[in-house]
Amino acid sequence: MEQKNRELAAAKEQWEKNLREKILPRFPERKERFLTHSEIPVETLYTPLDTENTDYLEELGMPGEYPYTRGVQPTMYRGRTWTMRQYAGFGTAEETNRRFKYLLDRGQMGLSVAFDLPTQIGYDSDHPLSFGEVGKVGVAIDSLKDMETLFKGIPLDKVSTSMTINSPAAVLMAMYIVVGEKQGVSMEQLSGTIQNDILKEYIARGTYIYPPEPSMRLITDTFEYCSAHLPNWNSISISGYHIREAGSTAVQEMAFTIANGIAYVEAAIKAGLDIDEFAPRLSFFFNAHLNFFEEIAKFRAARRIWARIMKDRFGAKNPKSLMLRFHTQTAGCTLTAQQPDVNIIRVACQALSAVLGGTQSLHTNSRDEALALPSEDSVLIALRTQQVIAYETGVTDTVDPLGGSYFVEDLTNRVEKAAMDYINRIEAIGGAVRAIEEGFQQMEIMDSAYKYQLEIESEERVVIGVNRFQIEERSPQDLLRVDPVLEENQRRKLSQLKQERDPLAVSGSLDRLKEAATGTGNLMPLILEAVRAYATLGEICDVLRDVFGEYQQKAIF
Amino acid sequence: MEEILKKVFSGDRRTVARAITMVENRDPRRYRMLAGLRSKASHALVVGITGSPGAGKSALVDRLTTEYRRKGLTVGIIAVDPSSPFTGGALLGDRIRMQQHATDPGVFIRSMGTRGSLGGLSRAAGEAAQILAAGGKDIILIETVGVGQSEMEIMKIADTTVVVLTPGAGDSIQTIKAGIMEIADVFALNKADLPGARRMAREVRVMVETNCHGAPWCPPVIETVTINGQGVTELVQAIENHCQYLTESGKLEEQRRQRVLDELSETIISLFGEWLGRQGQQQGLLTSAAKQIASGQVDLYGAAMAVLQEIFAGGLKEEGYSFSGQEAFKK
Amino acid sequence: MTNPVRILVAKPGLDGHDRGAKVIAQGFRNAGMEVIYTGLRQTPEQIVHTAIQEDVQVIALSCLSGAHRYLFPKVMELLKSEGVDDIIVLAGGVIPEEDIANLKEAGIREVFTSGTPIKVMLEFINENTGPVGGVL
Repeated sequence: MEQKNRELAAAKEQWEKNLREKILPRFPERKERFLTHSEIPVETLYTPLDTENTDYLEELGMPGEYPYTRGVQPTMYRGRTWTMRQYAGFGTAEETNRRFKYLLDRGQMGLSVAFDLPTQIGYDSDHPLSFGEVGKVGVAIDSLKDMETLFKGIPLDKVSTSMTINSPAAVLMAMYIVVGEKQGVSMEQLSGTIQNDILKEYIARGTYIYPPEPSMRLITDTFEYCSAHLPNWNSISISGYHIREAGSTAVQEMAFTIANGIAYVEAAIKAGLDIDEFAPRLSFFFNAHLNFFEEIAKFRAARRIWARIMKDRFGAKNPKSLMLRFHTQTAGCTLTAQQPDVNIIRVACQALSAVLGGTQSLHTNSRDEALALPSEDSVLIALRTQQVIAYETGVTDTVDPLGGSYFVEDLTNRVEKAAMDYINRIEAIGGAVRAIEEGFQQMEIMDSAYKYQLEIESEERVVIGVNRFQIEERSPQDLLRVDPVLEENQRRKLSQLKQERDPLAVSGSLDRLKEAATGTGNLMPLILEAVRAYATLGEICDVLRDVFGEYQQKAIF
Repeated sequence: MEEILKKVFSGDRRTVARAITMVENRDPRRYRMLAGLRSKASHALVVGITGSPGAGKSALVDRLTTEYRRKGLTVGIIAVDPSSPFTGGALLGDRIRMQQHATDPGVFIRSMGTRGSLGGLSRAAGEAAQILAAGGKDIILIETVGVGQSEMEIMKIADTTVVVLTPGAGDSIQTIKAGIMEIADVFALNKADLPGARRMAREVRVMVETNCHGAPWCPPVIETVTINGQGVTELVQAIENHCQYLTESGKLEEQRRQRVLDELSETIISLFGEWLGRQGQQQGLLTSAAKQIASGQVDLYGAAMAVLQEIFAGGLKEEGYSFSGQEAFKK
Repeated sequence: MTNPVRILVAKPGLDGHDRGAKVIAQGFRNAGMEVIYTGLRQTPEQIVHTAIQEDVQVIALSCLSGAHRYLFPKVMELLKSEGVDDIIVLAGGVIPEEDIANLKEAGIREVFTSGTPIKVMLEFINENTGPVGGVL
C-alpha cells in the first residue's frame, strides 16, 4: 500500500511538472483559487492520496450501518425513492385543500403545509398585526374548524403530513390529532412531522413567540407526548434550511443545525426523557444550494457527525437514535426574478445533489418563487423534476453513487472538520441557546450573507440573468395572487365561530391551560382540550404569552 | 430661532428631532439655540447607562423606560453606537430593544453615531440631552457605546451614572475594567439569573464597601434581569436615592456648575477651533506657516504665535454666530 | 467630513426574512451612512414615529411576505397625516411588477426588487438626498 502511494505521489508530481505547469501559460485556469461556498479550497485534481488516511470502516461503513456516511438505509432508493413532498399552502383552508388534492392526484406522496405568518406567530386573523398578512405566505388557520376544512376528504391514515410550524407547533399538532379523531383515525396511525424548531427561528427565520426557556419546554412536552402516543410522528425537524436562506455557508448551515440538535437532546434529557425513546423521532431539514459537490459532502458529513455525537456523547444505543434522517428543499434564495424559467435548471441541479446526498424527502422549488407564490403550472414542473431524477436518470439504482470519489470523500472530511470547529466554538460559548443570546450565529450568518452579496456585485460570483447573460425581458404574467377579499372572509368566519362555540368550555379550558403553564406538567393534554373546545390559536397562544412572556430580538450589530 | 425654541418647548417631535440633527451636524447656529434652551432644561435628571458591549444596556434602558412611564414620568433616550472611523457610517441598532416605546408620546428615542469622537460618546449627546429636556422630558437616559473612554465622558454629562455589569463565563471581579468602580453612582448587575451572578454581586459589594469607607454616597449594587424585569423597580429607586442625595448635599448644584464651566471652556475652544480652521484655510495661513516650520525658518511655537497675531489683527467675524469682538463682552 | 445621510431600514409586518434588510444596512453603513435598524415586526406607526424621532432623510422598507400592498401605503398615509413630506421612502422585497405603479402612486419613490445591487440603491439615494443638515 505504502509502496503504491509513493509511486502515485511521484506520478502526480511528474504530472504536475510535465503536464499541468506546461500548459498553464497557454491555458491558464479561470481563477487563481477555486473555493466552495464555505471557502474550502478545491484542487485541480484529486487522487487516492487525498483519501489515504480515511479508514473505510471507521469513516464510511456500509449503508444502514454506523456512522451512516453512505446512507441510513441498506438499499436506499433501490427499495423506495425519497418522499416527494411539495410545500404548499395559501389563502384559505378551502383553497389549500384543493391544491393538496391536485398534488396528490399527480403523484405527490406526502403533504407539506405552509401556514401564513399570523398562524406561525400565534395571532388570529383579526389581530391588528395580522392585517395584510392573512393567507399570504401560507394558509390561515384560526381554529380546529379551519384545520377540519384543510384536510377534508384527505384520509389522515393514508398520507403523511409535514407542518412548517414552530412556536405554536404543539397547538397545530393538537388540531391535527383532533381532525384525525373526527375521521376515526387514531394517534398511532398518524404519520408526519412538525417543524417545532424554535432555535433556528431566533437565529434566522423570525417566527418566534416566547423566550428560549419556555419554548424549549413546549418542545420537550411534544417530544414526550409523541414518544408515548404517536409512534409514527417526527416530533421535530431540526432545520438548517432557513439558516442557509438567511445567507450562511454550507458549513455554517450544518454546524449550527447540529448544535441546535445537541441543545434539544440536552433539554429532553434534562426533562427526564430517555434518549432512545425520543431520539429516533428527531429529523432534520437541509437546504440544497448551488455548489453541487459541497452540498453532497454536507449531507454525508452531517450523517457522520450526528451518529458520532449521539453515540459517543449521549450514549444512545438504539441504531435509530444515531441516524440523521432529513428532508431537503432546494434553495429559494438562489432563484432569480430575471429569466425565471432558468430557475427550473437550478432546481434540478440542487435536487440532484440532495438525492446523491441521500435525502429521505424532497421539495423542489417552483420557478416563479422570486416573483410570487407558485402557480399550479410551476408546481407541476417542480414535481416533475423530481420524478425525472427518480425514474429516468438511473441515479437511484445504487447506494451513494459518489462514495469513494476522491474529491467527494476529501470534501466530506473537510466539511466535517470545519463544522466540528464551529460546533466546538458554540460549545465553548455555553451551547446553542447561550450563543444565540450572544448573537454569535446571527453575526456569522450576517457576515456571510454580506460577503455573498458583494461577490455577486463584483461579478466574482456569476448569477445567470443577473450579472451575466442578461436579456431584455417582459415582466412575467399569470402570477398567482391572493385575493384581498379572502382576508375579510377569514375574519368573518372567525367571528362566526366565536359566536357558535360554547364560551364556557373555551374559557374553562384556557384557564386550566394557564394554570398548568405556571407549573411544570406536560401541556399537550390541556392544549388538546382547548383545541377540542374550539379555542382559537390566538387565544391559546395568548394564554401562554401571559405566563411565558415574549422573546425580544437581539440587536446584533 | 424664536420659532424653533417655541416649538421645542412645546415638545414638537419634528422640531426636537431637527434640533438634535443640528447639534449632531455641528451646525454653527446650534450655539444660539442651546443658549436659548438652557433655562428650560434644568428640571430633567440625566442618567448615564454605561458598561461593556453585550451587558444588556439597551434592554435595561427599555425596562427602565417602562418603569418610569408607569410612574407617570416622560423619558428621552439617547443611544450611542460607534461610527466607523474610515467611512463615517454606523449601524444604529439599539432601538431594536426599545421599539415598544416608539409610538408613546411620552418617550423620545434618538440613535447617534460617535462620529469621530475619540471617547466613544457622541460629542452631541450632552447637547441632545438638553434639547430633550427642554422638550419636556423628565428623565434623560444616555446609553453609551461601552468601549473606549465613554464611561469617563458620560460622567461629565450625567447627573447619575449607572454602570451595568454582567457575570460572564467564569468572570470575576478582576476582569472588570480598571477605573470603572470610581465612575459608578449605581451598579446594575444585569443577567442576574446567570450562573455566577450571586458570587459576583457579593464580590462587587465587598469591593464597593471597602472603597467608600465613610464617603457620603456609597454606590448600591442592584441585581437585574431584563427578561422578566426583576430588579428594575429597585434600580429606579436607587437612581432616585442618588438624585435625592445630590440635591440634599448640594452636589447637584456643584456638579452642574462644574458642567457649565466645562461647557463654557469647551465651547470657547470648539468655537475658536472651528473658526480658526476656516480662517486659516482661507488665508492659507496655516499652510504657509507649516511650510516655514518644515524649512526651519521658524519653530512651531513661534509660527503658532504669528498665526494668532495675524488672525486677531484681522478681527473676529463669523457667519452664523456673530461675534463682534469686544462689544460682546461689554454687554 | 460631510454629515452622513441618516436612513431607517425597516421591516413592516410579520415577515421574518431579514437577510436583505441586513445586507443593505451593511452596504449603506459601509458607504458612510448612519443606518437605523429597528428589527422585525414593525407596525407602520412604529416606523413613522421612528423616522421622525431619528430625523432620517430616507426610509427603506423591506417586506417579502406579500403584505406590502397593505403595509407600504399605510406607512405613506401615516407620514402624510404627520405632515412629513420630505422623507424619501424606498421599497424592496418580493414585489410583483404590477404592484409597482400602485406603490409609486401612494408616494413610494422607488421600488427595488430582489437582485438589485446595493450600488444601484446607493446611487439613487445620493442623487436624491440634498445637502444634509440642520434645515429647520
